[in-house]
Amino acid sequence: MNDTKAPANLDLETPEKTYLDSNELILNMGPQHPATHGVLRVILKLDGEKVLGTECVIGYLHRGVEKIAENRTYTMFNPYVDRMDYVAAVSNGLGYCQAVEKLLSVEAPPRANYIRVILTELNRIASHQLWLGTHALDIGAMTPLFYTFRDREEILKIFEKYCGARLTTHAFRIGGCQYETYAGFEKDVKNFLAFFPPKIDEYEELLTTNRIWLERTKKVGVISGKDCIALGVTGPVLRASGVKWDIRKAQPYANYANFDFEIPTGENGDTYDRYMVRMIEMRQSLRIIEQAVNGIPEGPIMAKVPKVIKPPVGEIYHSIEAPKGELGYFIVSDGSTQPYRVRVRPPSFVNLQALDTMVRGMLVADVVAVIGTLDIVLGEVDR
Amino acid sequence: MSPFAAQGMTPVATPFFFYMLSGLAIIGGLLVITRRNAVYSALALIVTLLAVSGLYLMLYAPFVAGVQIIVYAGGIMVLFLFVIMLVNLERTVKERQFNRMWPVGLLAACALLALFLSVYEKGKGLFERSAYLNENFNTQNTQTIGVMLYGEAHRIGPYTFAFEIASLLLLVAILGAVIMAKKRI
Amino acid sequence: MSALTSYLGSTAGAPGTAGFAVLGWAVTPGEANNQLWALIYVLIIFAGVSVAVIAMNWIERKALAHFQVRLGPMRVGPHGLLQPIADAVKLLIKEDIIPAEADKFVFWIAPVIGLLAAFTVYTVVPFGPSQAVSDMNIGILFMLGVSSLGVLGIVMAGWASNSHYPLIGALRSSAQMVSYEVAMGLAVISAILMTSLNTDGTGYLSMIEIVQEQQRQGVWFIFKFFPLGLIAFVIFAVAMVAETNRAPFDLPEAESELTAGFHTEYSGLRWSLFMLAEYAAMIAVSSIAVTLWLGGWLRPFPNWLIGPVWPHEPVWDFIFALFPGLTFLGLGAIAVRGTVRMPKHPYFRIQTIGLGAFAAVLAGIGVLLLGIAIGANASGNANWLRASEGLSNVYWFVLKVAIFMYLYIWYRATWPRYRFDQLMKVGWKVLLPISLGVLIVTAMVGVIVS
Repeated sequence: MNDTKAPANLDLETPEKTYLDSNELILNMGPQHPATHGVLRVILKLDGEKVLGTECVIGYLHRGVEKIAENRTYTMFNPYVDRMDYVAAVSNGLGYCQAVEKLLSVEAPPRANYIRVILTELNRIASHQLWLGTHALDIGAMTPLFYTFRDREEILKIFEKYCGARLTTHAFRIGGCQYETYAGFEKDVKNFLAFFPPKIDEYEELLTTNRIWLERTKKVGVISGKDCIALGVTGPVLRASGVKWDIRKAQPYANYANFDFEIPTGENGDTYDRYMVRMIEMRQSLRIIEQAVNGIPEGPIMAKVPKVIKPPVGEIYHSIEAPKGELGYFIVSDGSTQPYRVRVRPPSFVNLQALDTMVRGMLVADVVAVIGTLDIVLGEVDR
Repeated sequence: MSPFAAQGMTPVATPFFFYMLSGLAIIGGLLVITRRNAVYSALALIVTLLAVSGLYLMLYAPFVAGVQIIVYAGGIMVLFLFVIMLVNLERTVKERQFNRMWPVGLLAACALLALFLSVYEKGKGLFERSAYLNENFNTQNTQTIGVMLYGEAHRIGPYTFAFEIASLLLLVAILGAVIMAKKRI
Repeated sequence: MSALTSYLGSTAGAPGTAGFAVLGWAVTPGEANNQLWALIYVLIIFAGVSVAVIAMNWIERKALAHFQVRLGPMRVGPHGLLQPIADAVKLLIKEDIIPAEADKFVFWIAPVIGLLAAFTVYTVVPFGPSQAVSDMNIGILFMLGVSSLGVLGIVMAGWASNSHYPLIGALRSSAQMVSYEVAMGLAVISAILMTSLNTDGTGYLSMIEIVQEQQRQGVWFIFKFFPLGLIAFVIFAVAMVAETNRAPFDLPEAESELTAGFHTEYSGLRWSLFMLAEYAAMIAVSSIAVTLWLGGWLRPFPNWLIGPVWPHEPVWDFIFALFPGLTFLGLGAIAVRGTVRMPKHPYFRIQTIGLGAFAAVLAGIGVLLLGIAIGANASGNANWLRASEGLSNVYWFVLKVAIFMYLYIWYRATWPRYRFDQLMKVGWKVLLPISLGVLIVTAMVGVIVS
């Protein structure tokens, strides 16, 4: 895998028949499929069981979010952002609010940043848990799904107590946070910190050394670091291929530079490495939360932001490390209360391009595993 | 009184079962060659094989009957069905079932039948009641076949050599099939 | 009536009274040429297997749910006990859909063949030294052969559905089953070899004789020539899971793969026949494993723990004979605990009453079994003793098979599933060489020892 190939132009005509084996066929993993994590259509060109090429057809969940942004004020658009990556809504809000704050040249106060970090890292754990449950289910292990969802409930309870919503949280505002931490917030978070590490051990006990899991995930969906960079793949996929790139360390935002944590990387870039990277990331998130909750400073939670937000003319690109990769917002302001253009760089959309490179030469059953390991959310891919 | 009756194993309704099983085998055979749909032919062949297995049972050869079911009906016919189902046989359904040469075929079949009958008449005396039949019934058939194929009491049996040659032949056939079907060696 | 009683009493080995004759014969009805009792045994076994399949359905859903931190069916009947009946009724009243261009005859006959193959096997399953429908002298060969006929049902089902995915799924299923039959057969041969290690060097293919040989040799074959018997048993245990298309070898049936299996196009009653055949096949291969390696109907330590426990009564036999009754009393106690913990709300009254009645039935059966065992021990009457012994035999056999059923569910809850090529690799490249090796080593050890 020394050069990168653009995804093949699939020849969708009648396949040729070869000697003793006339098994080339085009197979459609339709939009309604238990394993595509949403409405994703994948057209596979197969030779018997081997995948020769794929083509993804997306857009089944397109809701015109970016167009809607042009007709809403900056504050009104904030709730829409959660609906893109609905699994990890808090990160979406963080990225958007920070992008608009950069446009306004406003800094959120330190206390708001600490609250933001705690909620974002909790959200990262919740997203990885959902990924783990569904990924294991696709490969056939039914039980981790229930365990991860049960433990995820604790995080969602904290979200609900904080901002009233479990899924689409709308937790942050432009300039900081709207809600002060509720009485007992630190206690809840500390309880979670004590409650969760044995649970990760439980998940690992079921899967990490299981022979069947190893055979299904090792050497499956391999992608090299060079290919990742060429395709623009970010997040745990990139880190599992050996590239040590995490925006929290490379371009720190929201006081991440104050915290001490590590970036796990893998060596082979296969599904097993991506699994291990995400498991270790969950533990590192616990470290960050612990440091944050032990050191929340006092102070205001909202910066001085005008009631009507009219950023100066200009454009800004701001990206954060969402659980799935680099989530970027490119906002163009023309001086009015409504943005001229909001372009979202969703990590799942860019990561999905790597699907073709990863499944070439694999078997059909591996396609399902690879889609799961990319951790895509169609709300983000289609917007 | 046969040694089997002495053990309490009286056969029950022998003529009825014989005619039923043979009739089933014959009807199955006829269905094999007259059906247009290859899958129906295969199913009819399975019926024939099971009927023959029943006939083996009536001849007090339960081991052969069991092996007939396992190997023939449960293994070989499954492979037949695999091939029939994987190969597209739409074309043959529309063809004529019997072509114009059917009298010649019938003549050949009658000649074969005459050959079998003459062999039976001439050679009836060759197959006497085997000496093995007087031993313990409960392990008779399996043990007898074992003795004939593998020998006993530090001597090789009457068919040991032929058996080993036959298994070598099968091994060669397997190797040949694998080599021909693999895409690269 | 007199003809009937004379018929009942006229066959070889029959005890005097016909009342307890069911469990007290010296020889199976097939061998005794007694068609009536053979028919009765067949009906009992048919009913028993059907009840076992229904119970297995409930246990699977509840056990799987408890593994997954949830409760499973709780509404239909107390703790979901009536759920299988509700499922059966739903399946029966569903519309019978046949795909448009499917072959109607083959579509109809495929589940029937699968069911026939799965149920015919029970003719030779031994629940006791004379409790089988007919003890053929090729018993194990018959079981393996008839269960290999089930493959035909699957292949025909896939083909008759006239759709690409069921056909591929059916061919994969049957390829998997055929591959693992080889390893199963070799493991079985190792066990059969061990039966010939007696004084006249005669081995047995008959299921009842195999268990009695284990009793004569004084060791269950799983422990014989340790670890050879254990390895052969493990090979068979793995191959039987693959043979019945259960997790972790259930790729052809999996929902998240592209092909949903050979029974995609089957709905309603026909689908339930396939599920019936699958569970019946599971119980059948578990019976093979129990008979060949785990001593069939023998209670633990049938040769060691004999005679009085202490210098004076009671006798070990008596203690083990109490187990069936105690088990049912234990189940009844669990049901009583469940009844007591039911919510005290008017809506739950019917469920509480139902569960209480169920607990009463279980406890009643337990008391009855205890009564038979104690009465047999106290009175020394031959019929009571035979009845108690027969019940014990059936109980130990069913208990061992039930452990295997629980293991099946445990595997399904815990492990991911193998990819198809890995599955075939395990069957041909791992299990087959190991089973061949075990066979050869067992034969060598057997020759050396005897």
